[in-house]
Amino acid sequence: MIHARGLVQTFHTGRGRNKKEVLAVNGVDLDVEEGEVVGFLGPNGAGKTTTLRMLTTLLKPTAGTATVAGYDVVSESVQVRRSIGYVSQVGSTFSGAFAGDEVVDHGMLYGMRRADAITRGRELFDQLQLDGLWKRMPKSMSGGQKRRLDIVMGLIHDPTLVFLDEPTTGLDPQARANLWEHIEGLRSRKGATVFLTTHYLDEADVLADRIIIIDKGQIVASDTSDNLKAQVSGDLVDLEVASDDQVAVARAKLGSISDAIEVEGRHVRGRVARAGRVVPGLLRDLDAAGVSLDSIEVARPTLDDVFLTLTGRSLRDADSDTTPEAPAEPGNPPYDESGSATPALEGADR
Amino acid sequence: MTTYLRECSVVFRRQIRMNLRNPAWVLIGIMQPVLYLVLFGPLLKPLVASFDSGTTNAYTFLVPGLLVQLGMFGAFFAGFGLIGEWREGVVEAERVTPASRSALLVGRLMRDILQLLVQALILVGLGFAMGMRGALTGVALGILLTLLVGGACAAASNALALTTKSEDVMAPVINIVMMPILLLSGILLPMTIGAGWLQRTSDFMPFRWIVDGVRDAFVGNLDTSGVMWGTTWALVLFGLAFWWGTSVFRKENA
Repeated sequence: MIHARGLVQTFHTGRGRNKKEVLAVNGVDLDVEEGEVVGFLGPNGAGKTTTLRMLTTLLKPTAGTATVAGYDVVSESVQVRRSIGYVSQVGSTFSGAFAGDEVVDHGMLYGMRRADAITRGRELFDQLQLDGLWKRMPKSMSGGQKRRLDIVMGLIHDPTLVFLDEPTTGLDPQARANLWEHIEGLRSRKGATVFLTTHYLDEADVLADRIIIIDKGQIVASDTSDNLKAQVSGDLVDLEVASDDQVAVARAKLGSISDAIEVEGRHVRGRVARAGRVVPGLLRDLDAAGVSLDSIEVARPTLDDVFLTLTGRSLRDADSDTTPEAPAEPGNPPYDESGSATPALEGADR
Repeated sequence: MTTYLRECSVVFRRQIRMNLRNPAWVLIGIMQPVLYLVLFGPLLKPLVASFDSGTTNAYTFLVPGLLVQLGMFGAFFAGFGLIGEWREGVVEAERVTPASRSALLVGRLMRDILQLLVQALILVGLGFAMGMRGALTGVALGILLTLLVGGACAAASNALALTTKSEDVMAPVINIVMMPILLLSGILLPMTIGAGWLQRTSDFMPFRWIVDGVRDAFVGNLDTSGVMWGTTWALVLFGLAFWWGTSVFRKENA
């Protein structure tokens, strides 16, 4: 469905002597098969949206090639546009126009007849729980409703491949969970291939069959969530020792089954392969050595651990690293790629 | 071709629908020339005979200038609406469809030109009511030239809007461009009463030729060099601005 080789995008920032070339995307290779749901994960400014804009023909690659739905994004851009649906992160409808009118006009720009666009639009409104909002203006919709309206816009012409750019940024947890159900429905109901960018780990974890991680414009990993987590060596065991003088003993005991131990106050942490099997024995050992614990926690690796293992930084740190420097991308809506600057979409979802 | 026209009309109807929801703007746009007509026209009455402009009727002299001014001013602000649409992702959503890039511009220009036509008819009607005299074919040609100028300015304004993407940048740019155009086009007073150097300077102002052309047309002199130059300049400006506009809408994508 998507095959990209060596995609590069450079932007110029500054003027005159301060002119700098910024490599937003630096040699991206991607393959997405039909029917897959792929999560494109990375910190803000990593190049997610820029890659997406190249794949959706909105931005011409500086170098490299890509075919999307069987067509070349540069020489057959019209065919690509016909085959894909794109849900951008800033929205797609004018706040002061009726939702239904916007959807019908959008369908007609795809060459649909008015009557067909109305029928299809109404169907989608029902499916995405927007029934009764046909004559509502987006400015008086909740954040979740607006995002679902954007999805209707992206699906009006029945694309087989759907791109979603940060679909849940700025939504409250309830609206996010609701939107996730609808995104899952894209594949289960329509068999669509879905390519979604996100900087939320849980979102990628919940929705995607496969996760592609991008950092600083380059792909650093591509695998299922479970396989990626398996790359992180083991589960994190966190012991909270009851008193300071027992820390050394606890450290030695945990050290016998783990390579790297980290001590912070009365917390002793280490990564342990298959912790579920080892921890009971560890507890007996500690008890026998007279160490009493206030608490014990065993955590499965998260995608954040994966990111940390791959790049040496945590995803959250990477976010704060790159956001201020994220280049203003030409042709991009202003609050692109920085979740923090995204306007707050107010109002709880239904 | 039919697909292209269809795409233009989808964009056009969408724009008109939004305009009709806010008809106040059409009236606000025409307020300025109407005020000039009512409050400045009487001042011209004792002077107009001395202008040697082919008419002794103050309104036959003034209305053509106001028409061109309306075409320029009204249309130059068309781009502000586009910035709003761009900010809400509408332009991007349209660009991701297979629709022709230039149809996205043409549909909007059709709206601007229709709006201008309505305003021009109001202005001319009011002019006639206040005592303007003019040949109908000439008035029609004058309005046509106005629409061309308006189309050119609207295309340029849309192009500028998508290039700057900021009202804060666009407003001063328009101001800087508008001032010399207004002062050197002889809209309120003919350039011919000015000093020689001022007349020579205004020779370089295309809009001056268009104002002169519309004035000649209103008086009924359709075969003057003024009409010829005015028409030529209107066509050239429209062609250039249209080319700029489409290239901006096409930019940045494959």
